[in-house]
Amino acid sequence: MLPLVGFLINGLARNVLPKSLVGAIGSGVVLAAFLLSCGVFSSVYAARQAGETATFIQPIFQWIGAGDLSVSMSFLVDPLSAIMLLIVTGIGFLIHVYSIGYMKHDAGFAKFFAFLNLFIFFMLLLVLGSNYVVMFIGWEGVGLCSYLLIGFWFTNTAYAGAAKKAFVMNRIGDLGFLIAVFLIFATFGTLEFSQIFPQAAGMTTGDITLLLITLLLFIAATGKSAQIPLFTWLPDAMAGPTPVSALIHAATMVTAGIYMIARSNILFTLSPITLQIVAAIGLCTALLAAAIAITQNDIKKVLAYSTVSQLGYMFLGLGVGAFTGAFFHVITHAFFKGLLFLGAGSVIHAMSNEQDMRHMGGLRKQLPITYFTMLMGTIAIAGIPPLSGFFSKDEILAHAFATNKLLWILGFIGALFTAFYMFRMLFLTFFGKFRGSAEQANHVHESPVTMTIPLIVLAVLSVIGGMLNVPAALGGSHALAEFLSPVFADSAARSEAFHLAHSTEYLLMGVSAIGAIVMAIVAYRKYISNAAVPAADGAPRGVLSRLSYHKFYVDELYDRLIVRPLNGLSVFFYRFTDRGGIDGLVNGLGKTIGETGKGLRLLQSGNVGFYIFMMVIAAAALLAYGFFNL
Amino acid sequence: MDNLFILLLLPVLGALALVFVQHEKAAKQLALIVSLVSLVFTVSLLTSFVPDASMQFVQRFDWIPSLGIHFHVGVDGISLPLVLLTNILVPLIILSAFNHSYKGSFYALVLFMQAGLLLVFTALDAFVFYVGWEIALIPIYFICALWGGEDRIRVNLKFFIYTFFGSLLMLTAIIYLHLQTPANDYELTSFYQLGLESGVQRWVFWAFFIAFAIKMPIFPFHTWQPDTYTQAPTAGTMLLSGIMLKMGVYGLIRWLIPIAPLGFAAYGQLALVLCIIGVVYASIIAFKQRDAKRLIAYSSIAHVGLIGAGVFAWNIQGVQGAIIQMVNHGISVVGLFFVLDIVERRIGSRDIKLMGGIAKPAPALAIAFLVIVMGAVGLPLTNGFVGEFLLLMGIYEYGLWYAVFGGLTLIFGAVYLLRLYQKVMLGEVNEQTAGFTDITRTEWLVLATVVVLVVGIGVYPKPLLNLSEAAVANLINGIGQIANR
Repeated sequence: MLPLVGFLINGLARNVLPKSLVGAIGSGVVLAAFLLSCGVFSSVYAARQAGETATFIQPIFQWIGAGDLSVSMSFLVDPLSAIMLLIVTGIGFLIHVYSIGYMKHDAGFAKFFAFLNLFIFFMLLLVLGSNYVVMFIGWEGVGLCSYLLIGFWFTNTAYAGAAKKAFVMNRIGDLGFLIAVFLIFATFGTLEFSQIFPQAAGMTTGDITLLLITLLLFIAATGKSAQIPLFTWLPDAMAGPTPVSALIHAATMVTAGIYMIARSNILFTLSPITLQIVAAIGLCTALLAAAIAITQNDIKKVLAYSTVSQLGYMFLGLGVGAFTGAFFHVITHAFFKGLLFLGAGSVIHAMSNEQDMRHMGGLRKQLPITYFTMLMGTIAIAGIPPLSGFFSKDEILAHAFATNKLLWILGFIGALFTAFYMFRMLFLTFFGKFRGSAEQANHVHESPVTMTIPLIVLAVLSVIGGMLNVPAALGGSHALAEFLSPVFADSAARSEAFHLAHSTEYLLMGVSAIGAIVMAIVAYRKYISNAAVPAADGAPRGVLSRLSYHKFYVDELYDRLIVRPLNGLSVFFYRFTDRGGIDGLVNGLGKTIGETGKGLRLLQSGNVGFYIFMMVIAAAALLAYGFFNL
Repeated sequence: MDNLFILLLLPVLGALALVFVQHEKAAKQLALIVSLVSLVFTVSLLTSFVPDASMQFVQRFDWIPSLGIHFHVGVDGISLPLVLLTNILVPLIILSAFNHSYKGSFYALVLFMQAGLLLVFTALDAFVFYVGWEIALIPIYFICALWGGEDRIRVNLKFFIYTFFGSLLMLTAIIYLHLQTPANDYELTSFYQLGLESGVQRWVFWAFFIAFAIKMPIFPFHTWQPDTYTQAPTAGTMLLSGIMLKMGVYGLIRWLIPIAPLGFAAYGQLALVLCIIGVVYASIIAFKQRDAKRLIAYSSIAHVGLIGAGVFAWNIQGVQGAIIQMVNHGISVVGLFFVLDIVERRIGSRDIKLMGGIAKPAPALAIAFLVIVMGAVGLPLTNGFVGEFLLLMGIYEYGLWYAVFGGLTLIFGAVYLLRLYQKVMLGEVNEQTAGFTDITRTEWLVLATVVVLVVGIGVYPKPLLNLSEAAVANLINGIGQIANR
């Protein structure tokens, strides 16, 4: 099985390079990777069934060595990475297939597939790395691909700017990652997961070094997974082609932060303060982003803020110690958000690149498959049983309830927002009257098969995905939790087992399910019964609505607080400190020397060749003088 | 084939021959051949080099016996990467100059400078070191003065005086140390064993430090650099930034710290702080530069500041990082300046506000540029990451906050380099860039070599790191003993 992993990586790396990749090759490679991942997964699964921990490490070569530092290129397969492998390659494959249809008319078709393949390669490195540095290679590598793909249509200056913003904001987090790596090395003397975690498990809860390490890692996660304060790049990242939004900015890359924390779970479990911060930031992000999503009119922006919000839920889950729950939500979210983005892409494709929902409406009949699959996605994300989102979100919220009732209440409010904005999007897009131009109306068509098949597959997964981890209260067996248990074993041993009476669980589930349905009805009444259409850009708005519509002015705030002062400082440093101050001083000092140096200027006239010749001869003569004692 | 003397003599002979070559094409070819032969020699050195801590291929003759001067050269794991860097970059720089119509004298100067640089990197005698140091300066002075931009005379004079001032300080210190040696010689090993008292070491430290700090340059000795880099012809800028500034860093490692360990103990922290200030300060200035060359000039100050900080952290990771990053920076910066030279010659300006959309007509150039930029930004699996990772780790061992501030280069570097990339390559094509043609075969050759090196070192840096590991460990442990004595 392990040579398979090696082959997997090599196979992908090799195929990254040729620029003339066509869709079939691009998708075929990922399909092969997926099949291999299935093989890997089944081996891990079999090992798990046999009661083993199912952890395999495959070293390839030593990468960096200096003094006592040794970093090797090596890979780790365990239940956690096995599942991630399936998600990355499986959804990756579907999205590659989808892109064949979506990008058909684009001049950069081959380039697009090359970038996507490169992305899959780096994502697999991230997932499979057996130490923090290999993980960091993948971590930054996916950031590069994200940059390349957001700025894919680079002739648009705004898109190129969004790409740069994403890269830079990610880099802020990356610095945290790097410093954490140094601190980990200084503390544990190694960077291998398999050596760090057992050592850490022997440390005391609340250890100050662990606190620092986990905080730094969390900073890294806020960058990659778009949490407060580094979340603003993700909505802008929607400038990329829609399949990219689905793959990178919904299903895989942005969940890397959760994956990393889940991987390092023991470190976090031993730092309760960090966990509280993680939960608080996650919850705040979930609420803020949901509040913004309510008033957005761009279909992709709604989904983008929704992603930020859902990622917030995952962090809330991590923060309350529901590592399995958070990871469960990573899985189901990959299904339904991937689906929703692809659905949105199908709509945009049909509407001749229109993204404003105010110009859509009534598309249900023309786009039946898209409509039906998106309906499934919406129900799933809204948390209405028995679709997947219900189970994963409920597990996080149940843990939150057990930790702190307030967390649950706020989380529940966020869930209400979610149900509302998702149904708002669905109704505005597919119901009511068509509000686009006549020309668009003529062009509306259902997408080709390459696009609808991925939609259908993802819809099926969104519907049944919840079965992976049905809670005991509903007669399930926590299959996923059972499968992942070796990864979280040390954490589980350290934290109190989570207890909720079944009756409480039923109550919580009932409340959230009913809440979601009620919000769906509210949205129905507003956007269908009353046929409300969101106001135009310039229309007057209430304070709250305005705050939400303008995204709470976070971008503007950053611009004023960070970007402009730094730019001002740049000009100040250049003009005054550098040119005026330091250089002025130097020039002043140098003036006297400059006067004496006038003689040197004579050298600048005359026959150059002669001078060079003299110079070389003089040097040679000096040498000769020594050797031959002339 | 592994005679260092021949390696040093070859460019000198080449330079002498080139003075007489009037025909432009012949001059180009001769220069390229000579530099390639040097490279072949270097590779043969590399294959017979044993990666331990010893000095190898040593050549030692009496030179001026009455003054105790020996012609003494040799290489170890610290100098060999720089010899290699020099001899890889010089052919690339010569190739990159093919776009311009330079005469034989230009190439003569380049080769003559190469000889000086090699002498600096191999010298084991302080006098030889000083001679190399000055031999490297004079050709670049002429290159800038004769083929530079409009403002070259003023800028160049300042550059010359500034660096010469540093050289004189160093010369003073060298003569002083010479007088202290028991055998009245200039041998590096004699200097190492002086064991001067702390007070003396302190001023010796400053005398060397200022000379090296100007060359690199370290904040606040840097103000000659942006002007000179901007005004010099691109080949000159490449020589200055790609190779020459490494003389300063090399000097820190080989001469300054081992000779004045007590001075280093007293002022090392201050020096490190200056380096880190340079990183942040120059990065911030780079944000708003419109002149592409000047932007890279400031970015070079930032990158070199980090290298310097790694040296002053004086642990294995830091110094190893500094050595590999010197190589990486040389490769990247030559690549960056070459791309900018290509763009400047095609559109006639260095103002990034006038550029844009070049990726469309010139995709090959855009890809090469992106790889080089990513190397400079320090993306994993490019050469820059290996260096930055080791440097920052070394600096971290010295102190957490130094690493945090030094690490800002990760973020700031992305800001200004991606801004540069965006302004040059992305966006819509405008009048200036509409008729842009993609790279020629010669340009492709240079860029492809740079790209291969950027990725190659990034993916498999181990051979390069292995070269210097033993020598660095030996040097650092040795200093520990001297300082404790």
